Amino acid sequence: MEISGIIYSINGPVVKVSGSREFKMYDQVFVGNERLIGEVIGIGERHTVVQVYENTTGLKVGEPVVSGQKSMSVILAPGILGGIFDGIERPLKVIEQQSGAFIARGLQVDLLDKKKQWQVEVLARAGDKVFGGTVVAQTPETPQIMHKIMVPCHISGMVKTVAPSGAYTITDTIATVEDDSGKTYDIRLMQEWPIRIPRPYKSRVNVRRPLMTGQRVIDTLFPLAKGGTAAVPGGFGTGKTMTQHQLAKWSDADIIVYIGCGERGNEMTQVLEEFTSLVDPRSGNSLMDRTTLIANTSNMPVAAREASIYTGITLAEYYRDMGYHVAIMADSTSRWAEALREISGRLEEMPAEEGFPAYLSSRLAAFYERAGYVNNLNGSEGSITIIGAVSPQGGDFSEPVTQNTKRFVRAFLALDRMLAYSRHYPAINWLTSYSEYVSEVRHWYEDNVDYRFMDYRTRIIAVLQEEANLNEIVKLIGADVLPDDQKLILEIARVIRTGFLQQNAYHASDTFVPVKKQFLMMDMILRLYDRAKTVVLRNIPIAQLVATGIFDEVVAIKYTVDNDSLDKFDEFRQKIDDACGKVIADNEVIRR
Amino acid sequence: MNVEYLGLKSISGSLVVVEGIRDASFEEIVEIKTTDGEERMGKIIELAEDYAVVQVYEGTRALSLTNTVTRLTGRPMEVGVSKEILGRVFDGAGRPIDGLGKIFADKYLDVNGKPMNPVSREYPRNYIQTGVSAIDGLTTLIRGQKLPIFSGNGLPHDELAMQIATQAKIEGADNDNFAIIFCAMGVSNDVADYFRTSFEKNGVLQRVVMFLNLSNDPVGERIITPRCALTVAEYLAFEHNMHILVIMTDMTSYAEALREISSSQNEIPSRKGFPGYLYSDLASMYERAGMLNRGTGSITQIPILSMPNDDITHPIPDLTGYITEGQIVLERNLYQKGIYPPVSILPSLSRLMKDGIGEGFTRKDHPDVANQLFAAYSNVQEVRSLASVIGEDELGDTDKKYLQFGRALENELIAQARDENRDIGQTLDLGWQLLKILPREELSRMDTKILDEFYPA
Repeated sequence: MEISGIIYSINGPVVKVSGSREFKMYDQVFVGNERLIGEVIGIGERHTVVQVYENTTGLKVGEPVVSGQKSMSVILAPGILGGIFDGIERPLKVIEQQSGAFIARGLQVDLLDKKKQWQVEVLARAGDKVFGGTVVAQTPETPQIMHKIMVPCHISGMVKTVAPSGAYTITDTIATVEDDSGKTYDIRLMQEWPIRIPRPYKSRVNVRRPLMTGQRVIDTLFPLAKGGTAAVPGGFGTGKTMTQHQLAKWSDADIIVYIGCGERGNEMTQVLEEFTSLVDPRSGNSLMDRTTLIANTSNMPVAAREASIYTGITLAEYYRDMGYHVAIMADSTSRWAEALREISGRLEEMPAEEGFPAYLSSRLAAFYERAGYVNNLNGSEGSITIIGAVSPQGGDFSEPVTQNTKRFVRAFLALDRMLAYSRHYPAINWLTSYSEYVSEVRHWYEDNVDYRFMDYRTRIIAVLQEEANLNEIVKLIGADVLPDDQKLILEIARVIRTGFLQQNAYHASDTFVPVKKQFLMMDMILRLYDRAKTVVLRNIPIAQLVATGIFDEVVAIKYTVDNDSLDKFDEFRQKIDDACGKVIADNEVIRR
Repeated sequence: MNVEYLGLKSISGSLVVVEGIRDASFEEIVEIKTTDGEERMGKIIELAEDYAVVQVYEGTRALSLTNTVTRLTGRPMEVGVSKEILGRVFDGAGRPIDGLGKIFADKYLDVNGKPMNPVSREYPRNYIQTGVSAIDGLTTLIRGQKLPIFSGNGLPHDELAMQIATQAKIEGADNDNFAIIFCAMGVSNDVADYFRTSFEKNGVLQRVVMFLNLSNDPVGERIITPRCALTVAEYLAFEHNMHILVIMTDMTSYAEALREISSSQNEIPSRKGFPGYLYSDLASMYERAGMLNRGTGSITQIPILSMPNDDITHPIPDLTGYITEGQIVLERNLYQKGIYPPVSILPSLSRLMKDGIGEGFTRKDHPDVANQLFAAYSNVQEVRSLASVIGEDELGDTDKKYLQFGRALENELIAQARDENRDIGQTLDLGWQLLKILPREELSRMDTKILDEFYPA
């Protein structure tokens, strides 16, 4: 039975519908003669409230509104990776073919290519017992990723028939399953899932493995965990997008879902261009082979911006269910929150802080809770890591989105305007950022990198903290009058800041640094610190050691030692010892 | 479409409510005629079964509940375009005001445009030489970029915009395929006049299209002025493959007009009373800059906004900075010192710069020079604050050199005459000259190879 009504009123993306009491909450609807896509977000006594995912210019009162009779859903099937979609999973390349360089309204677009043939290897046999999540077939979606075809979550029973391995489209049936009540279901390559409902899993597992990013300040100082959550807040121009791009490029997740939520169109173009040509250092394939892009740029309809976050995370959960480690970059969650605010305002809801709706924090919590390291229904292990950018108004971290996000994430990488002004990139402030995952991933670092790793990390942070304290004094009296041991701290902190924390995203070997090299770099810096201390203990001015140029040589290690020639660090060990030894020896001569 | 509706239900600010309207569509343009024969234009901004809320562009002065006749036009706000539009002057709603008669339009385009598909964009890579060292050297303008000037009242943003427009050398652009679109929103007559006479003086008036909504023009119209301008820009850039430079001033007046209309609609305000959708609204204009992967045209935007109280965290510059690809910040302090253009280089930024400079674009040492100048100048600030506490005499030798460097940078590199056109080579050589004030060891941001070549030990 068709459920339909007619448009009663229009206010921006919010349309009120009269004429039917049958609409269900969060059902997808088609609005107007152009069949614009919308979603039911409220039901009143007389009207049903619909948010429309496309521009509503030109809609008329009295035009029909038809229910799609299902929740706002996405299609899950091979063809997701390597693609770029809008906020409701419509492929932008297909939209381009249909409407040219500018996005028209009311396009009827298949969410995924239904004609493409996939080489499917059917794994299930007739008679197998299957349940939701069981892998029945697989197909190489990209050279890198094997796409597992799973039984949809609500189906369980006995496999009755299977198709032979071969080429199939995503709508073809590859197996049939009969449940206990004798009802048969067709298993296809594609399944649907409502975006606002988290996909089920068997159980949660504590996070214990770090998400390696190749970024020193993150891996060493503020490690992320697979299955964890992180926020990257920063005012404009501090490098949020740059950080997100670096993480999307180099983190060791199997799959990257990049959500461009209310950001610049050129940035999405850049990601698309750059990722296609860049090679994944681990697999040797194009980075785009493991990436999917969701783009709702700032000039695209605002309601679809709200949905884009959910679309992205649903795709991520689907790949997690296959047993992959997925990382989501959401750039930026503030735009999503603003979309919520805009819709809420048009619904005339009572606002809470700064006009944001009162449910902002619960929505944010629900989003970040979809991250996690889990045992899947089919027994495999997978994870979703969420890294959300936050764009605080005026760069002020006390605003509602930053504050509410802070409550639900466990790693906080605060970008600092002053660092960005002095072109210290990544501009992650080492004093205000934190990661609660340090204790969880400690063992991994100690077992896989070096048993001293975390101790070194603590020492590095201590030096930076001491520098901050000393700087308070330096501001008043200048650095020249400090005693030599404190001057040494300033020098070493400078080495840490410029030689270790600063990382050049445009340098071939510095853009991604393996954790082993990160450790060795720390080792060099701390060795220099220890040796220099012995120099200072002999009352030799630290300026003499600085004059040897050894500090600058250690700073330059990031450029002079390639990522794959780590044995060169032995040379540096020697150099440090020699430089310190020489300064001491010279002074001995003078004394005699 | 010939149905006319007599009278209004209510009038508030620039909004009127028309009752009993049938077959209207959302955001449709309506014509309101008064009994005096005056015609006004408005847009339906809210629509329900039995009434429509219309925003009257020319304002509601002298309207009453009984003296109007409202007629639906059946279409959204459109502007007529043709190549003959070059050299013409329009009011804020796209009506010619230069006395040269109507435009014979090729076609009529919806001023709201449509979002550009990210897949169809071409990532901007070619730089525009503006002849202004602070911009070319440190915040390079790229073809297809949106780079606003953040300014304050009384600062020379108009002169700077004019200088950029006059001196801009765009690769692939010559006299035939280059045009400037000037869009004034709520600026005074003097400012509009300054631009007009300067364009005339420079002999480019024939390549300029002007849209003028001056400060005494209707506020409602101000919302469509930039949209008319950008629609024309899109037409010229993407249908006639022209390179278009759009100067929009003043974005602050635009945003305030938006706030005025929002509050008269009783919308829930967010920060400083601005509507929650200010970001999306600004984005719908700024995002119309760019290039397509088909055709050769480009739209480069230079919006100018005056920061209220010189506060960069005010919502208008703040949200602008989140959308645009960088910003050029002008600073009162520098201007007081007699430096023109008073570009404060540390908060200024061009996000697209990294991909459009260096070998093959400007010169291979450009990225290193820019980086080092930034880093050194940021150190100058620290030294200055130290000097203000302990006095300049107490500073170490290196710190004194930094002070010298800082002064030289401001007076020689940033400062230049209003008609001085420096090419990129001159700018970079000047940069080296300044860096050589500092000892070689201090230039830690440089690649050693570049350093050896340009600053031999």
